[in-house]
Amino acid sequence: MLARDAWLELRGRVVFWFSTAVLLVALAMAAFPGLFTRIGPNENCDLRLSKHGPASGAPFGYDLQGCDYWSQVVHGARASIVVGVSVTIFALLISIVLGTIAGYYGGVADAIISRITDVFFGIPFVLGATVVLVAFPDHGIWAMTLVLVLLGWTTMTRLMRGQVIAVKEMDFVAAARMLGSGDRRLMFRHILPNAIAPVIVVAMLNVGNVIAGEATLDYLGVGLQYPDVSWGLQLNIAQTFFAGHPHLLVFPALFLTATVLSFLMLGDVVRDALDPRLR
Amino acid sequence: MYAARRLAQAIPVFFATTFLIYTMVFALPGDPILALAGDKPVPEQVLEVMREHYHLNDPLLVQYGRYMLGVFHGDLGETFTGQPVSELLQDRWAVTAQLALTAWVFELVVGIGLGVLAGLRRGGIADTLVLAGTTFVIAVPVFVVGYTAQIVLGLNLGLFPTAGTEEGWPGSYLLPGMVLGSFGLAYVARLTRTSLVENLRADYVRTATAKGLSRRRVVGLHALRNSLIPVVTYLGVDFGNLMAGAVVTEGIFNLPGIGQQVFQSIQLQEGPVVVGVVTLLVMIFILANLAVDLLYGVLDPRIRRARA
Repeated sequence: MLARDAWLELRGRVVFWFSTAVLLVALAMAAFPGLFTRIGPNENCDLRLSKHGPASGAPFGYDLQGCDYWSQVVHGARASIVVGVSVTIFALLISIVLGTIAGYYGGVADAIISRITDVFFGIPFVLGATVVLVAFPDHGIWAMTLVLVLLGWTTMTRLMRGQVIAVKEMDFVAAARMLGSGDRRLMFRHILPNAIAPVIVVAMLNVGNVIAGEATLDYLGVGLQYPDVSWGLQLNIAQTFFAGHPHLLVFPALFLTATVLSFLMLGDVVRDALDPRLR
Repeated sequence: MYAARRLAQAIPVFFATTFLIYTMVFALPGDPILALAGDKPVPEQVLEVMREHYHLNDPLLVQYGRYMLGVFHGDLGETFTGQPVSELLQDRWAVTAQLALTAWVFELVVGIGLGVLAGLRRGGIADTLVLAGTTFVIAVPVFVVGYTAQIVLGLNLGLFPTAGTEEGWPGSYLLPGMVLGSFGLAYVARLTRTSLVENLRADYVRTATAKGLSRRRVVGLHALRNSLIPVVTYLGVDFGNLMAGAVVTEGIFNLPGIGQQVFQSIQLQEGPVVVGVVTLLVMIFILANLAVDLLYGVLDPRIRRARA
């Protein structure tokens, strides 16, 4: 019922359609870059064209290596989308399991899980990630995912735990228990579906935040390395040259911002749609 | 009672977090003693003496215990070149603290101001602008905001110095502070708005209005005070975030703070500096959290009673 109401509300929102459209384009770029450009990553580069601005045939100009910037920016989508989505899925799974156990059983299990959450919550994100990533210099996209999951599961776990605690006191849970439902059935059939909506919303916002975080680490030079192609890396190179060659900064920043913004706006409208109090 | 329990929780968390960081940093591959020697071959006996001198042969837990003992005496250890870490960081703390404080005040004043402006007229022009603007600010990565502000406001318009700390506080810290605080400002504004909108609909506000109190009094004294409780929480926690987030901002504006130092040290594998800074940051972070929780209990009696 709630899902149907939410959908009816969402259908009428311009922001919803706009951000969905942007995200579909970004996903298509990540999955099938061939649809947008015929040039592969780091291909057909001509150093003589290094840092040249937009011209006919190269709408975004050329990067430091003289590669066509449009195709480089298109290929940059994959790193951001893969890291953002997979980090959030893993973190969501962790938080569903830990948050449900802590909230449902309470007592010792809750105390242990909550303190572990506090410990990881206290590690500063950029510094913590930098320390780990520098320790393993030859990391690829999956190592980055692992590090970001390790530092990013706490907020959702706390929220999940709070939600489960709130829902498990409700009458329908007591009714199900009296009908003889076991712990597992109560948790997964009755409590979880009613507790998860706000966590899903935060997960959507989280995708945006993770993408921005990944780009920040690339920008600091501790994330992905050449020959990987990502928006963060492009911005890292742009920082040195952008006073004289603004196109190096503007295009990846534009794509990065549009993607992050779309995830945030999508999360916002879905939250509004799910929360009837604000209507 | 509440305070004591909260404190008892914070202490193990502090030790566990710092131990985790200590382990992470000193698990870095590469032998620091060998790195110290450079390309020259070093006899095994010398290496052994050096390792013994820096207690590198002890179990990790013992090393950690010895280190924490030092920290509580104000001794953060020394770098492998023999310089005390606390000396290295002395001047840098001041820079980062000034930067974080500038950003924090900016968040507090402008953030709450915008939030109230938006929340009082939900759906109005100001509200729409604030919502759109803050979403945008949250979405743009800090370093892009930083470079754009530096070029446009600093270089092209000449409103602010572009880099360094020559003009001292506040001149040199205003622009970096605004950049660092922009993300938190957006959160504070949105949080204030949502909270105020909810409170303005509460029964006690209707009662206050029905009693004939002026709008100014109803909003300022009754609604706003209650609305600011979650905002205070966020602002407290965010101070620690600002200190840690200064890495990027200090890099862009070339401010010689701890963020810049710790970043250099990570790349040079100077473990003692990294652990020192991060340990102190965690301490600040946990203390800020603790202070907020205690303050929260004072501001909202329901919380104190519910948890005690």
